[in-house]
Amino acid sequence: MGMSRINSTKTSPSYSIIRHAKDKLGQIAVWTLLATLLVFLAIKLFQSSLGPVRSGTPPDFTLTTFSGQTYTLSELKGQIVIVNFWASWCDPCKAEAADLEMIWHDYKDRDVLLLGIDYADTKDEALTYLSTWNITYPNGPDVGTRISQSYRIRGVPETYIVTQDGLLAKSFIGPTSYENIAVILEALLDK
Amino acid sequence: MVKTWVTKQFLFSMFVTCMLFGSLGNVLAQDNSPTDDEVNAISKQLYCPVCESIPLDACGTQACIQWRDTIREKLSAGWSEEEIKQYFSNQYGVRVLAEPPIKGFNKLLWYLPPFSLLIGSLLVIRLLAKTRTNLNTLDSGISNIDNADRYVDRIENELKQWE
Repeated sequence: MGMSRINSTKTSPSYSIIRHAKDKLGQIAVWTLLATLLVFLAIKLFQSSLGPVRSGTPPDFTLTTFSGQTYTLSELKGQIVIVNFWASWCDPCKAEAADLEMIWHDYKDRDVLLLGIDYADTKDEALTYLSTWNITYPNGPDVGTRISQSYRIRGVPETYIVTQDGLLAKSFIGPTSYENIAVILEALLDK
Repeated sequence: MVKTWVTKQFLFSMFVTCMLFGSLGNVLAQDNSPTDDEVNAISKQLYCPVCESIPLDACGTQACIQWRDTIREKLSAGWSEEEIKQYFSNQYGVRVLAEPPIKGFNKLLWYLPPFSLLIGSLLVIRLLAKTRTNLNTLDSGISNIDNADRYVDRIENELKQWE
């Protein structure tokens, strides 16, 4: 008698409705979780496939140099800013080091600022590198590799030229030269 | 005789010299410079962003060599393993750590795999249970058909007898 009551409760319409609702909720939860994961993966894949920043407003950053000065890109409007990513362990960086210093020497009095961002480096080696190549333009470490991540750099060296209006004029992936940079600077200064 | 004495003196002085250098070597070996094993124990917990997916202890690039030298310097200065890992995390970002800290979005990395395994196991168990229930239902259905056939036979037999 008692058994049949249990069976009748289990097969009653209200019981089956509750069970059906539970099944549905479980399915919705699992599918939502799967969809969220897929969206997350898609976003990450999309971000990694974007490559370095090439146009528009470049990501803003604040750089504290080895000597303690602070530069914020968004506060430098009105002058051309050259952002160069480098590292002391990077051989191609050495190939362009002298050219960059010459650019700084020739254009620093013409409203051009060159900022060196030291990527994934150790301080002592970085300072040795700067003194070896007689580099005098402002340089600082990319603390937490935050700046390089925001620019989505693929390696070093990479150089970005930002116009007086704060827009990206040109990016060089890999080593560049005095001539390459000077052409862009002259064009921007003539405007 | 003199020659033998000189030879003995020479040998004795050589022995003393060797002993002195030997003891000096021991003294030098007792300094606090960390061993390669100690450096590598920390290195294998770090990944340099330059050579992705290669732990620092196995990476031969100049960048990684410099990082290992930094670990050695910090160990010599008396820094603990945690302090060194924290330094690298602050300096180069959390992504250099082999095991990201269980904070913020990183929690997902730690909790998602076991959670997914649990959900997957539950789904498999449920599916198996459902399949078993369906089989039982099918069995009882077949036995009901058998019973029904027996009743039909009996009715037919009784009808024949009655005729």
